[in-house]
Amino acid sequence: MAISLDINGKTVSVEAAEDTPLLWVVRDSLGLTGTKYGCGVAQCGACTVHADGQPIRACSTPVGAMAGVKITTIEGLGGAHPVQQAWAKLDVPQCGYCQSGQIMSAVALLAETRTPSDEDIDAAMAGNICRCGAYQRVRAAIKEAAGIAQALPATATPEVSQ
Amino acid sequence: MTRHLRNLAEQAAGAVRQGASRREVVVGAVAVGGSLMVGCSMGDALSAGSKVKPGVFGPFIQIDPDGAVTVVSKHIEFGQGNHAGLAALVAEELDADWSRVKVVQAPANAKLYANLGMGAQGTGGSSAIPNSWEQLRKAGAGARAMFVQAAANRWQVAPGEITVKDGLVSHAGSGKAATFAELVADAAKVTPPEDPPLKDPKAFTLIGTQRVRRKDSVAKSNGSAVYTIDVKEPDLLTAMVLHAPRFGAELDSFDDAEARKVAGVRDVFKIPTGVAVVADNTWAAMKGREALTATWKEDKAEKRSSDALLTQFRDIAAGKGGDEVKWTPFVTQGDVASVTDGELFEATYDFPYLAHATMEPMNCVARVKGNNARLSFGSQIPSIDQLNTAKIVANLPGAIEIETLFAGGSFGRRANFQSDYVVECVHIAKKVGGGTPVKLVWTREDDMRAGYFRPLVHHAVQVRLDKDGFPASWRHRVVTQSIMKGSPMGTPKIDETAVEGALGSPYLKATPNVDAQLALPDVGVPVLWWRSVGATHTAFVMEHTIDQLARKAGKDPIAYRRALYQKAGAKRHLAVLDLAVEKAGPTAAAGYTRGVAVHESFGSVVAQIAEVRIAPGNEPRVGRVVTAVHCGTAVAPDQIAAQMEGGICYGLSAILFGEVTLKDGVVQETNFDTHRVLRMNEAPTVETYIVPSNDPPGGVGEPGTPVIGPAVANALLAMGRPATLSLPMVKAQA
Repeated sequence: MAISLDINGKTVSVEAAEDTPLLWVVRDSLGLTGTKYGCGVAQCGACTVHADGQPIRACSTPVGAMAGVKITTIEGLGGAHPVQQAWAKLDVPQCGYCQSGQIMSAVALLAETRTPSDEDIDAAMAGNICRCGAYQRVRAAIKEAAGIAQALPATATPEVSQ
Repeated sequence: MTRHLRNLAEQAAGAVRQGASRREVVVGAVAVGGSLMVGCSMGDALSAGSKVKPGVFGPFIQIDPDGAVTVVSKHIEFGQGNHAGLAALVAEELDADWSRVKVVQAPANAKLYANLGMGAQGTGGSSAIPNSWEQLRKAGAGARAMFVQAAANRWQVAPGEITVKDGLVSHAGSGKAATFAELVADAAKVTPPEDPPLKDPKAFTLIGTQRVRRKDSVAKSNGSAVYTIDVKEPDLLTAMVLHAPRFGAELDSFDDAEARKVAGVRDVFKIPTGVAVVADNTWAAMKGREALTATWKEDKAEKRSSDALLTQFRDIAAGKGGDEVKWTPFVTQGDVASVTDGELFEATYDFPYLAHATMEPMNCVARVKGNNARLSFGSQIPSIDQLNTAKIVANLPGAIEIETLFAGGSFGRRANFQSDYVVECVHIAKKVGGGTPVKLVWTREDDMRAGYFRPLVHHAVQVRLDKDGFPASWRHRVVTQSIMKGSPMGTPKIDETAVEGALGSPYLKATPNVDAQLALPDVGVPVLWWRSVGATHTAFVMEHTIDQLARKAGKDPIAYRRALYQKAGAKRHLAVLDLAVEKAGPTAAAGYTRGVAVHESFGSVVAQIAEVRIAPGNEPRVGRVVTAVHCGTAVAPDQIAAQMEGGICYGLSAILFGEVTLKDGVVQETNFDTHRVLRMNEAPTVETYIVPSNDPPGGVGEPGTPVIGPAVANALLAMGRPATLSLPMVKAQA
């Protein structure tokens, strides 16, 4: 059936069964492949997108439930979002596959909590797995984007001892 | 790993050469002429049929008319950050403007893009920077010389008077200057020098500096980086495969009536590894596969449980394995039996199967038309993937085109002798035919159930201490499954992937009497290297044992190690230990207890001091890790730090939670709900310190991983807790 979606500020119509996970509509029908598949069961966070500003797992959200909801994917952040800039500045990504989801969770966190504590970051980001283990830089980049520069660990830059 | 892959590649090339006299020569004669395959080099054999040609500045450098420099990476980027370091090697000697250097992935060609440690094209063994160290600097220096000569010709001055900086070629005497853009057309016509001189390391302005940063962070932060799962083509089909529930089982029958009714399903057919469903999109393929039923012939399947396998391994180590067990010595010194007095230490250690669990499950895109195949995916060993594909489409290996994309992690999983998921995709694309692109997508469950795990391992250690408390004799038995026997080329005399790290240990060097042996029983579970390979268990056994020995001898574990390193002449071990101790400072953070470990792998030595507390649920939680690394010349210090940070998380995840169990041969952990991995709230803060060195670079992708486990176990010892003799530390709730 035809389903109307509000995605990244545009209204689009897609042909899909209502039980199709939003993830596959976003990726296969709309070609927005920045949102990734990692587990299919809302355990890893690689598919995180925003529904009316709230982070959701697109792999476990049926597209039929998205009527009238403003959906934002990584592509919808525009590329120059302060969180994306912080990610690039600190070279957060390694393989990078989870990073769209990490960034979407981080953006949602900062929209709610402008200067998050470490506990806030743990709570907001624990649903996003990074197998490369870039967690330290994810944390640092969230603080960078929040302007908590003094909280940046000195260890983001290694020291070649003299 | 590099060394082992070299053996493999050599034998593979031999197979190609032999094959040329039979089947391949028919196709090969058309493409390359039949005679080339006789007496040719490995690179020639594996690249036979390739249409890939180097550019005017060689295979590694392209320079656009606007002067922008593109470095062609022969190594895949799947997180290690090697593209930054590889590009820096070129840019340093080329004196290019680093801000205008890009990196692209090389096509598949074993001759142009061989890993010099393997002799075939491939990434692994933390070898990207080490094997490219001289090669890429020479490439950069050669291109620089072409620009200098072009400017000298144009300005009629001596080349020796010309300098290059940040892509600007200058002649101080005449005040003339020109950019790469202005000179590139002329430079392209200059004959490249045979052996261009390299800079004195003291003159480096880029290598070893914080300026060497990743080139892909923007693309990986805005969703534009293309991974295999992202490949888009107008007529692309998506495939999924129903696999057997047990390793070694074969398809008996299947019923596709319901699957074919699913909207979007195009075809359902048998392939060697199961039943393939080909559909218009991923969801249709998934639904179609769910609707399939199949029966399996299981007479040759592995039906044992991991518990039973571990019991068997323990029995073998204890000498109760029966007559068929074959022991292979890997270190023999003195006479262990002659040492009968002194305090006796005994311990056994059990290590579970480990899944790589890359964020991007295995996948591949293939197009097959007649004898031609073109693949797009995260190819870690293109030469092997070409060879395995060539066998299916009956072509020369070099004729198989591979476009290597970013991969969402590998940790060894994509370096597979059988090219398992690649071959599966090629079979499907061959059946579809016509060059139609087919994207094989594995779900997380497919990926976890497919095997190629870090093998199950058991170690048994007996040490007698001398009167000073140091090891006088060391008896060591390792029982595991051979990774190399998983190759189609047979088992080498000693499968070093099973013992590296014990083999070469400074502790064994410092022990007068050593009897270390390895047994490799056959198990029908596919196994593979997993980030740091043998060191994943040997580092744990050696480092945790040494802490227990120090405590038994009543000595400080750090002083105990220093004494043994002195004895073994292990200077780099001493250097990293000293640096880590110095940087860690005198005391741990309040509430935390420290443990230390030191291990050498892939040409680098790493020391880690981990500060550990016990979190609610009785789980170890690591706060701060001070890591010191000796990796020779530090090409990209920030990426070395990133690899230490990430490698520690990967190792920590495994020793805390990592475990794949089999029940009657069936994998029990199939997704992140049952296979726990490290998350943000459990990740430590890592400080990285690099020992300054002008030695050639060692690896950095793997050496950080195996050290954290024993460091944590040793912290638990320091808390007065028992030794960790079975992993993972945190067992899943039954």
